[in-house]
Amino acid sequence: METAAFCQDEAAILQRCRRGSREAFEAVVNRYMKDAYRIALGLVGNHEDAMELSQEAFYRAYLNIRLLKGDRQFFPWFYQILRNLCFTHLRRMRLRRTSALPENEGQEFIAAQGDWFDPDAVTERTELKQALWQAMGKLSDKHREVILLRHFQNLSYDQIAKVMFCNKGTVMSRLYHARKQLRELLDKEKGGSWS
Amino acid sequence: MTCKDYKDLLMGYLDGELSQEQKQDLEKHLQTCSDCRQELEGFRKLIAITDEVTLREPEDKLWDQYWGGIYNRLERSLGWMLFGIAAIALLLYGGFEAVKTLVNDPTIGFMLKIGICALIGGLAILFVSVLRERLFFWSHDRYKDVRR
Ligand SMILES: [Zn+2]
Repeated sequence: METAAFCQDEAAILQRCRRGSREAFEAVVNRYMKDAYRIALGLVGNHEDAMELSQEAFYRAYLNIRLLKGDRQFFPWFYQILRNLCFTHLRRMRLRRTSALPENEGQEFIAAQGDWFDPDAVTERTELKQALWQAMGKLSDKHREVILLRHFQNLSYDQIAKVMFCNKGTVMSRLYHARKQLRELLDKEKGGSWS
Repeated sequence: MTCKDYKDLLMGYLDGELSQEQKQDLEKHLQTCSDCRQELEGFRKLIAITDEVTLREPEDKLWDQYWGGIYNRLERSLGWMLFGIAAIALLLYGGFEAVKTLVNDPTIGFMLKIGICALIGGLAILFVSVLRERLFFWSHDRYKDVRR
């Protein structure tokens, strides 16, 4: 998540941000925008929302930058803003979709929520990769988050534990349940032929 | 330890995150438990597939425009703030002028003057009260995504 050179300067750059420098904040944005976008994409599943939500997260981070203590890194703090925005967005979307449907169909629709995971977000589309991506969309938010951090951000358990505010044991057990569910979803989709 | 306890360790095993002790412990269990061995292979395949999935990167053009999207938000919020302050100032001024004209108008009866003044005063108090509540709410609400 960070390169050594930027890390050394980061404290100084953040200090300038706290004094209201937009140029300094632009440097922070340029450093982290791709990570932010990828995380948002993994959580909400489509390009447009990922762009919008990651930009909104940076905007809110700038407004609140004084809350970030001098000795702390930007990204773990920023990550909380981003994930909360994404989760709120998903909650709202689910609510809107459910309320737009007749009452008894609502439940079914929640189960099919992976549908909004845009197939185009994945490169080299094979059937199996596509099925996995759709399955990710059907996981619960926390399960999707842990898969995303492990596989798409390549974080270690220690790093995951740090950003999810839990211990390594919880990371492991959450990963177990998330992956187990992914396997079940793939089995359902591909009839067990994938493994 | 039961199989259920070992399930979590399977993850650490596949991700290379176990301590030497945990690893030996699990490997010993795997030798005797075909159930967990089967699980391990299933997860190994899943992880292989998951690692193969890569997400599409937006075009460079979009990265060039990225900061612009944030800058626009910053500018717009400043715009709204100025707009809000100006609107309040104008309303206060308008209210004050209205009361002044009313009080100086000899054609309006005394009781009516008091009535209209009370009406305007009441409205002003309500307005300030609502505004204060909104500002209080806003200043707390906007931190809700920051603090856990
Ligand atoms: Zn076992």
